[in-house]
Amino acid sequence: MSDLVSVGNADSPALRRERNLEEIRRRAEMSSTSPIVNPPAGEPFPQANAENGYYGIPLLKRPPWTWEIPLYFFVGGAAASAAVIGAVASYTGADRELVRHARWIAAAGSVISPALLIADLGRPERFLAMLRVFKPQSPMSVGVWTLLGFSSGAAATVFADFLIQRYGESLPVRVLENAGQAASLAFGLPFSNYTGVLIGATAVPVWNRSAGELPLHFAASGLGAAVGILELMGHRKNRALQSLGIGAAVFETWQGLRIECRSHEDLEPLKHGVSGWVTRSGGALSGPVPALLRAVSLFAKKERSDSLRRWASWSSIAGSLITRYAWMRAGRQSVQR
Amino acid sequence: MSITAFLTDSTLCIGCKACEVACKEWNGIEDDGFQWSGFSYDNTGAVGASSWRHVKFVEQAPIPGLGGNAGEQASWTFSSDVCKHCERAGCLEACPTGSIVRTEFGGVFIQPDVCNGCGYCVVACPFGVVERNEKDGRAFKCTFCYDRQKAGLQPACAKVCPTESIKFGELAHLRQEAHKRVEELHNRGMNDANVYDPVATSVAGTHAVFIIRGDARTYNLPPAPEVPTVYLKRAWKSSAVAAGLLFGGTLVAFLTAGKDRG
Repeated sequence: MSDLVSVGNADSPALRRERNLEEIRRRAEMSSTSPIVNPPAGEPFPQANAENGYYGIPLLKRPPWTWEIPLYFFVGGAAASAAVIGAVASYTGADRELVRHARWIAAAGSVISPALLIADLGRPERFLAMLRVFKPQSPMSVGVWTLLGFSSGAAATVFADFLIQRYGESLPVRVLENAGQAASLAFGLPFSNYTGVLIGATAVPVWNRSAGELPLHFAASGLGAAVGILELMGHRKNRALQSLGIGAAVFETWQGLRIECRSHEDLEPLKHGVSGWVTRSGGALSGPVPALLRAVSLFAKKERSDSLRRWASWSSIAGSLITRYAWMRAGRQSVQR
Repeated sequence: MSITAFLTDSTLCIGCKACEVACKEWNGIEDDGFQWSGFSYDNTGAVGASSWRHVKFVEQAPIPGLGGNAGEQASWTFSSDVCKHCERAGCLEACPTGSIVRTEFGGVFIQPDVCNGCGYCVVACPFGVVERNEKDGRAFKCTFCYDRQKAGLQPACAKVCPTESIKFGELAHLRQEAHKRVEELHNRGMNDANVYDPVATSVAGTHAVFIIRGDARTYNLPPAPEVPTVYLKRAWKSSAVAAGLLFGGTLVAFLTAGKDRG
């Protein structure tokens, strides 16, 4: 680029490149087209028209993201919900063991999430380029800063937790614990659902047509997964987790019905083809299945109830993961027109 | 600095692909793999990471007189496609690194030394222009020959176009020229000629204006492109409601569950 300055110099590389352009033009001027006298073999050829567009070649580019991003959506959603559960449980004076487990899930997510995000970058070594600016109109920028706040908060909380267990309580550590917890709650709330905004505000039809519901959908999905992980860690007698699990499952059931009942050309990938079936299985495992299992567990005997909640947990976790993949798949299908 | 633009007149294009070649030549872009499409003389397919100009070979059912063809032959029009350099650019607004900027000439430019290859601009472009080069990892598209414009030269594609189908100049002037040209074509009986410049949409017009014939979709140009930023309000509203419900729900769940129940 810089050699353009020396365009006046007769031997400069820029001038040579300029002459190349002149040569290209000269050759183009000499080119001529002759009418096709005999139709070539292979007729009739596809044609461009208003219905199929330009030979059916997709107008939009495929979302370039691979498995890392839907997995990031899943991990981030579960970790953020766990942080919220941990903070609220701690503020309301619930079981300390539950609080500690929730914090550890959040902390694990706060390490895995950025790792997945960085792995997906075309230039992973340039992750820090995202921290040059804060752009409110870019959900990716808002999301990265939210992730940063969340990760710092969640990591600080477990670090303080660890110090307290090891060396006992002291004022600075208590301050760190409380600040970390407040930060992981404050950033965790948007972090649990911003990924819905991220894919909602794009040119991909199936995503932007769902922009108004994706954040709610993803928040419920993340909550279901976080409750599931906590219950699998042994908290299957906790009544608050049961209510949250039922709430998430009921919301996901309603969301699934909404997807099934609406018909719009842009939403086809959610109902038809492979992406449709992936969406449906993710929806069933996040919604009706855990909702039913949990409803039955409310009235079942102690041991039976425990096993039902275990199954509901596995179902919600699998459903949440599949749901994120389903939306990614649907997005890819959506741009194929 | 004046705001510059392309006016690509498909009624003048002869499909020589000099613009494609010149663009690759000047910008040092790699090849596309030398593959035959098998259904058209167009083997490039679409603009992308390695094709910043692309000549569309729009083959249609016979339209007598179109492109000077005999009545029974398929009709051909050619149209050189390029980044639209939107007035409100989805890629620019979505870019989380600030790599994508608007230049002093009004063009949309990806700074290659800042781009980290997140791919968000790819899904934010309503025209399907920006693409990630999977080997290199970064996103690429037409630079509007920012380097040449800075040196006072016209973009390489416009320079080599032998029929002046690609015109380069001031945006306001070229917009007028486009409408004058279409009027002239209408007077000559080419009634389906029209200007493609989506000023009425949220994109608010493009800095690459096209003269095409008939339906824009035939050329893979979206009739009503929207800059994805318009969906933000709905999405963030849902996000706020979700955050409120999550916090409120969790609070209610723990308060009603009572204390110390394993």
